[in-house]
Amino acid sequence: MALLEVKNLGISFGGLRAVDEFNVSIEKGELYGLIGPNGAGKTTVFNMLTGVYKPSKGVITLDGENITGKSTRDINRAGIARTFQNIRLFKEMSVLDNVKVGLHNHYKYSTAEGVFRLPRFFSTEKEMDKKAMELLHVFELDDKADFLASNLPYGDQRKLEIARALATEPKLLLLDEPAAGMNPNETVELMNTIRFVRDNFDMTVLLIEHDMTLVSGICEKLSVLNFGQLLCQGKTSDVLNNPEVITAYLGE
Amino acid sequence: MNNKTALAKTKMLKPQTKKSFTTYIMVTVVFVIMMILSSTGNVSSQIDGLLVPLCVYSILAVSLNLTVGILGELSLGQAGFMCVGAYASALFSIATKETILVEWVRFPLAILVGGIFAAIFGILIGIPVLRLNGDYLAIVTLAFGEIIKNVFAALYVGIDSKGLHIALNQADMNLEADGTEIIRGALGVKGVPNDSSFVVGFILLLITLIISYNYINSRTGRAVKAIRDNSIATESVGLNITKYKLITFALTAFLAGIAGALYSHNYSTLQASKFDYNLSILILVFVVLGGIGNIRGSVIAAIILTLIPELLRSINSYRMLIYSIVLIVMMILTSNEKARTFIVTNFGKLKGMVLKIFKRKDTAEKEVK
Repeated sequence: MALLEVKNLGISFGGLRAVDEFNVSIEKGELYGLIGPNGAGKTTVFNMLTGVYKPSKGVITLDGENITGKSTRDINRAGIARTFQNIRLFKEMSVLDNVKVGLHNHYKYSTAEGVFRLPRFFSTEKEMDKKAMELLHVFELDDKADFLASNLPYGDQRKLEIARALATEPKLLLLDEPAAGMNPNETVELMNTIRFVRDNFDMTVLLIEHDMTLVSGICEKLSVLNFGQLLCQGKTSDVLNNPEVITAYLGE
Repeated sequence: MNNKTALAKTKMLKPQTKKSFTTYIMVTVVFVIMMILSSTGNVSSQIDGLLVPLCVYSILAVSLNLTVGILGELSLGQAGFMCVGAYASALFSIATKETILVEWVRFPLAILVGGIFAAIFGILIGIPVLRLNGDYLAIVTLAFGEIIKNVFAALYVGIDSKGLHIALNQADMNLEADGTEIIRGALGVKGVPNDSSFVVGFILLLITLIISYNYINSRTGRAVKAIRDNSIATESVGLNITKYKLITFALTAFLAGIAGALYSHNYSTLQASKFDYNLSILILVFVVLGGIGNIRGSVIAAIILTLIPELLRSINSYRMLIYSIVLIVMMILTSNEKARTFIVTNFGKLKGMVLKIFKRKDTAEKEVK
């Protein structure tokens, strides 16, 4: 059974059918890419998968659990974490705190225990610090843990967003244009990071990307969206050589 | 690139605990100085009468800063919650005047009652109101504050051998001959025991500061700050936004209720008309000028801006003129980047000189503001 099963997913805004009949099935541990021209509905699919938009039709199943139409919060708790196309960090908080917000649901103590500084506050905070630093270490951000998130260079902000998403211990990680605005070196570094995350965190990754180096470099399977419709689906090499995909998206 | 990292370093965050302890020490030092001055008879009766209100306004400013600065939502209902706390605690004190004779047992209980009632109001109002944000939230909280004030101004409560009587005008109360009126509408409450003192005020302010700092630097506080910075991202990492908004709103109301209790026990009469929107705006001014999200700044602004108009009473005609100039200067100082760098560098030099005397090396200080 696939980790993520999406069947006949569709959404309309007013009269506009933004996404229609979208099907995808992602196995555990896969690196899956979602590509297509601008305005094809890629981010809309992400927003439906994470509960930002409620799909007008279709069913989304994560690990056997039907998560269609659930709230963003419940979907995250069910096991989907995401990053955003336009980075959404907690800007006025430290890098460490950004990750600790991600850990929120896994390390608990009550508000009263926090206000009165009871023993559980200290022990839990210590565990959180340790776990957060481990995550930051993976992304080579541990020496910047005290920086304000908004003061990080662009590439690091992207990495921090991934670290924060991973902190929620998801089963499926959605990356919305992770390489946007990165130079070729940073992109290569990012590709290694994504591979590392998949291998070491046992993660399944679904990503939207325009950077073909990254897509052809790490994605094992691809879906191509065009005008809200699935154009093609399958192994990366097959999809990228598909004449329809070449006309619609890649160009001759 | 080099430039960027240098900038990042200057903005490096200071350990929060250090910040909070500096504030505790600062408040304690001021308290001790004032106590010494007043015990040696060096404080005029005018200043002496201001000591408790100073604590009240500081507590109100700090608590409002939790909603405005940490949660990032504009609330203008602070006076309303203070009003609830003031009335609830005053009623408790009057009702238990005969049964609990020891003042230091009765007053803490009254304060707690005031805080809890205000918190309950905070939750009840918060549930519908916190669905809004920005200007809409400000308008609705302002309205709720006014509603609370006006309800209390119209309320008549009396007690007699038959029990409690509550009505909206004096004639409807139907009190027996042995009855006493507790709340008399716009005339308010009379005979509130004068339990407040500067010592109690100081202790409450310190407790408020400790609660606020600990709250901000806990798991819940982190969630609240995350909501302020980006609510969509906060939801995407699985947090319940409404819950944390509501907790913060209730805590703000609770602390405002405590301040109300302190306030009502400072004067023997209590009138609802005091808790109008001017008071809410005044507290918001403290918060904004002290620095949004800056707890210590709230206390400093509350003290300065309460003292100035009072100290200028001798030159009454120029009083508000000077007050407004101070407001404008503070605004410029807190918002203008150039003015701020000027202060920070010069303050750093001054600090360096002071620190040299104590033979301590602390260079990171001047970069942080």
